[in-house]
Amino acid sequence: MPKLTIKDLEEIRKKVRKTALLREGISNAKITVHMGTCGIAAGARTIMNTVIKIVEESGRDDVIVTTSGCAGFCSREPMATVELKGETPVKYCDLTGDKIKKIFSEHVLNGKIVEECALAIGSEREP
Amino acid sequence: MAYRTNLMVCTGTACVSCGAFDVKTLLEEEIKKQGLDKEILVVGTGCQGFCAQGPIVVVQPDDIFYQLLSPEDISYLVEEHFLKGRPVKKMMYTPPGEKIQIPTVNEIGFFSKQRLIALRNKGLIDAEKIDDYIGRDGYNALIKVLTSMSSEDIIKEIKKSGLRGRGGGGFPTGLKWEICHNSKDETKYIICNADEGDPGAYMDRSIVESDPHAVIEGMLIGAKAIGAQLGFVYIRSEYPLAISRLEIAIEQAREYGLLGKDILGKGFDFDLEIKQGAGAFVCGEETSLIHSIEGISPEPSQRPPFPAESGLWGKPTNINNVETWANVPRIILRGADWFAGIGTEKSKGTKVFSLVGKINNTGLVEVPMGITLKEIIYDIGGGVPNGKKFKGVQIGGPSGGVVPAALIDLPVDYEKLTEVGSMMGSGGMVVVDEDTCMVDLSRYFLEFTSDESCGKCTSCREGSSAMLEILTKITEGNGKEGDIELLKELGYAIKDASQCGLGQTLPNPVLSTIKNFRDEYEAHIKNKKCPAHVCKALIDFHIDPEKCTGCTVCAIKCPADAISGSRKEIHIIDQEKCIKCGICFTVCKFDAVKVE
Ligand SMILES: Cc1cc2nc3c(=O)[nH]c(=O)nc-3n(C[C@H](O)[C@H](O)[C@H](O)COP(=O)(O)O)c2cc1C
Ligand code: SF4
Ligand code: SF4
Ligand code: SF4
Ligand code: FES
Repeated sequence: MPKLTIKDLEEIRKKVRKTALLREGISNAKITVHMGTCGIAAGARTIMNTVIKIVEESGRDDVIVTTSGCAGFCSREPMATVELKGETPVKYCDLTGDKIKKIFSEHVLNGKIVEECALAIGSEREP
Repeated sequence: MAYRTNLMVCTGTACVSCGAFDVKTLLEEEIKKQGLDKEILVVGTGCQGFCAQGPIVVVQPDDIFYQLLSPEDISYLVEEHFLKGRPVKKMMYTPPGEKIQIPTVNEIGFFSKQRLIALRNKGLIDAEKIDDYIGRDGYNALIKVLTSMSSEDIIKEIKKSGLRGRGGGGFPTGLKWEICHNSKDETKYIICNADEGDPGAYMDRSIVESDPHAVIEGMLIGAKAIGAQLGFVYIRSEYPLAISRLEIAIEQAREYGLLGKDILGKGFDFDLEIKQGAGAFVCGEETSLIHSIEGISPEPSQRPPFPAESGLWGKPTNINNVETWANVPRIILRGADWFAGIGTEKSKGTKVFSLVGKINNTGLVEVPMGITLKEIIYDIGGGVPNGKKFKGVQIGGPSGGVVPAALIDLPVDYEKLTEVGSMMGSGGMVVVDEDTCMVDLSRYFLEFTSDESCGKCTSCREGSSAMLEILTKITEGNGKEGDIELLKELGYAIKDASQCGLGQTLPNPVLSTIKNFRDEYEAHIKNKKCPAHVCKALIDFHIDPEKCTGCTVCAIKCPADAISGSRKEIHIIDQEKCIKCGICFTVCKFDAVKVE
């Protein structure tokens, strides 16, 4: 290991910043994949893997990916909730790899809700 | 590859002793078994402070707090929470006397009232990974001092911050650095005092275990300010985990060139060595500690000269406590004004306390100076267990003093504690309730300090034995009129005539309890009674004939065969035979055994 310069130290800091932010729970967007038994059966795990991959590829270090239990709407699984900081959470249903990619680029990155995939905006308004 | 979740498993000494390493290994295995090992990272951290609840796992970013985990819990936990996303309630924390679990760290009173500076990385980094520390602003303060601050600037900043020594004396840190800086010598040393001899205290161990690089960075900054080339960390050998984390940290810092020659290419040289202490309490005293590093008999020597002028091997030496060092990088990075904005007029920043004794939430807490005792004991500590009455809190270690319950609104800082006959010390807090005898408590602390006296001064050596003898007599029912005055006289004489802090402070527990709990001393001496029912010679057990059902349990359990009576008849204790073990009192289900 060669001795570090100040620039090297800054590089390391940049590299581990995401982990540090994650542990502090600091984020601007949160994607929750619903992982009940039904969700897993319907392919929630594949969705989860895709989400992790696209977040990684985007280079964004302020997006948190987490799981929660069954959303209580088993026929529409796999489902995920997207919550931008300070905004109402949006539930998306019947997800596929393509849909989640679109949701990520439009909603998470650009703040535009993908209406055709949305099941409900907020927790109270069921279709 | 980024992980979506980090499981922060406490691997501090206390948690390790109740199985944290097993919990960590099992977590890793189960996560792999469920195929989650690319998404979820298991991280071992230093002490998270809530040691009584260990083993502990905090789930980030969700902030969920799992506690009192056992190896049997792990496979269920992994499947439920990490695979299916259903947090497991029954492994969460329930405050004493309540029924509903609190899921997140942020909502638990023990954590939410704390303000972290010295312990800011606790639970958030793997202490064995320097990159984790760097990710949380680590070594940024070093960059700042190496690129834009002169020695004088650093000293000015530390002086302005109002930082004072956390090792007991509360001496202004910046001033100490300045004196050492101004001492003319080519060779200078700095020392980190991690001897931590107070029984029951473990804040310094905890800082070293959870964030060793904070101490190293603090020392680098101090070395630059003072002009020292070599530093020592003097740490007690009973702290193997802390020592090993520190060794790893020093090694990693050397690899990165953060210790050694030409640090960060800025022409600054500094290196660190670890010295293990053999554990006598007096070794924590600075001159004694210096002798111990020099390899000679660790006895305190006369000051002046102060170490800042003539210390290790006769060279100017600056010695600070672990917690003092750990505060330094934050002060440099966030500025003296930020630090000075926390706390009271003369006590700035925060202090770490170890909260033990008759308190629901035992553990380690970092709070802003000026917080009231009430907030510490009730909001953070969760109050006194089993509905008992809060009687006071002994602060400052074995030579501190007791603050009585009446002063519960006292803001905690150096001056206020000294005013009421106690002291900040290194930050030990022992909470006592109505079942604690203050005479016995003082006797206990004096027994410790008297035992630890190095014996150099007659006042300390002989005086402490004389005081101990009187206290022992009082607790044995042989106290006599005038003993209280004699204790006070001896106490003040020892304070005046002793050379080092040990002798100068050892009478404190006795003097403060005489001041605040004089009636308890008098009850022992005049009425031959121990109001807290602790001193065996002064209590009697007897059976209330109205309440005794003749169940025979006490007679069966009595180890001295002192209880007679047949089934369904009133039982009687033979006072001649009774050894006052208290078993009958504990086993009687009908509240028939009384103590007096
Ligand atoms: C008997 C005795 C024991 C002490 N033990 C410790 C100790 O364990 N740790 C510590 O930091 N300071 C201890 N001190 C205080 C040190 O002498 C010294 O004041 C301190 O390390 C200075 O650092 P600070 O200014 O950062 O507090 C002790 C003092 C006395 C008199
Ligand atoms: S005061 Fe006590 S411990 Fe300190 S030097 Fe004197 S005898 Fe030793
Ligand atoms: S245990 Fe209590 S009730 Fe039973 S015999 Fe003893 S004193 Fe009486
Ligand atoms: S205090 Fe102990 S020895 Fe005395 S009567 Fe009770 S059980 Fe027996
Ligand atoms: S050692 Fe785990 S919380 Fe203190």
